Amino acid sequence: MTLSLPTLYAVLAMGIATYLTRIAGLWVLRHVTLTPRVRAGLDAVPVAVLTAVITPMVFMTGPAEALAGLATALAAFRLPILAVVAVGVVSVVGLRALIG
Amino acid sequence: MRDSWASEFTRGVATILPVAVAVTPFALIFGALAAQKGLSPLEVGLMSGLVFAGASQFVAVDIWQHPAPWLVLGFTALTINLRHVMMGASIARHMGRFGAASRYVSLYFLADEIWALAERRASAATLTPGYFLGLGVTLYLGWIGLTVSGALAGSALGDPERFGFDFVFTAIFIALIVGFWRGYRTGAIVAASAAVAALTHLLVPGPWYILAGGLAGIATGAAFMAEDVEEQAA
Repeated sequence: MTLSLPTLYAVLAMGIATYLTRIAGLWVLRHVTLTPRVRAGLDAVPVAVLTAVITPMVFMTGPAEALAGLATALAAFRLPILAVVAVGVVSVVGLRALIG
Repeated sequence: MRDSWASEFTRGVATILPVAVAVTPFALIFGALAAQKGLSPLEVGLMSGLVFAGASQFVAVDIWQHPAPWLVLGFTALTINLRHVMMGASIARHMGRFGAASRYVSLYFLADEIWALAERRASAATLTPGYFLGLGVTLYLGWIGLTVSGALAGSALGDPERFGFDFVFTAIFIALIVGFWRGYRTGAIVAASAAVAALTHLLVPGPWYILAGGLAGIATGAAFMAEDVEEQAA
């Protein structure tokens, strides 16, 4: 069990930076008036951010990932989350083997 | 009648458990990759406990050097996690039941999955501190335990792509997006976010595509949905 000082500093820097991003939303909210339009924009945050995060994997990797993403989305309309993940993982492995 | 703190906490734990199970391979692989880069299990546990943000931890390990360049790693974590600002502003609106200290403690656990499940709860019922911490503490302890286990197991786990584990997060996020589905307007948000994220990813190196795509989706939501809000008010 070793802990090097440079690693400790780096992990602390990462931790502080990350925590600042997590609490910055409180500050933003205090300085922004919640008009209907702002509220509608904030309501869109979950879908907007989650979509942006997965875009490179789903739309820019290859046909196997894109098709697996489609299968996962269809499954998500009917199945619980663990089953959805299983569909995603199994379909991406199968499709990669089939079409690369 | 108000639900007790404990029952709300238990409800949060039950909600996050399937997600924690689904994240297990990902956490083990993260630990193994970090060990391959020369991080000790203690250092892996420390990073998981202090940072607790999967995507930025993966990128950090990817660019890791010895001795660790703290400025580069801190700045990279900041850019990758800038999406938290949008997420925090959104969820903070639903923290009316939280005291000031409780907000700052709760937001420490603002990881993607926890935040998305908290948003889902807030769209159906009141978000409580107990529920939020039930989500947060469970995934937090699981993440630390599993990433350290991965580091101890080392490289025995092999290549993540071989078993499709690299797709686990994508699948979870797709399931969460579908959970927020409200017809064609949601489709428009997805389309705008994906198009701008893809374009940014092509043109700009680094994680800026998340911010750009997110902002495009938010703008689309604001443009479309303000009409909804006005219709409801009328």
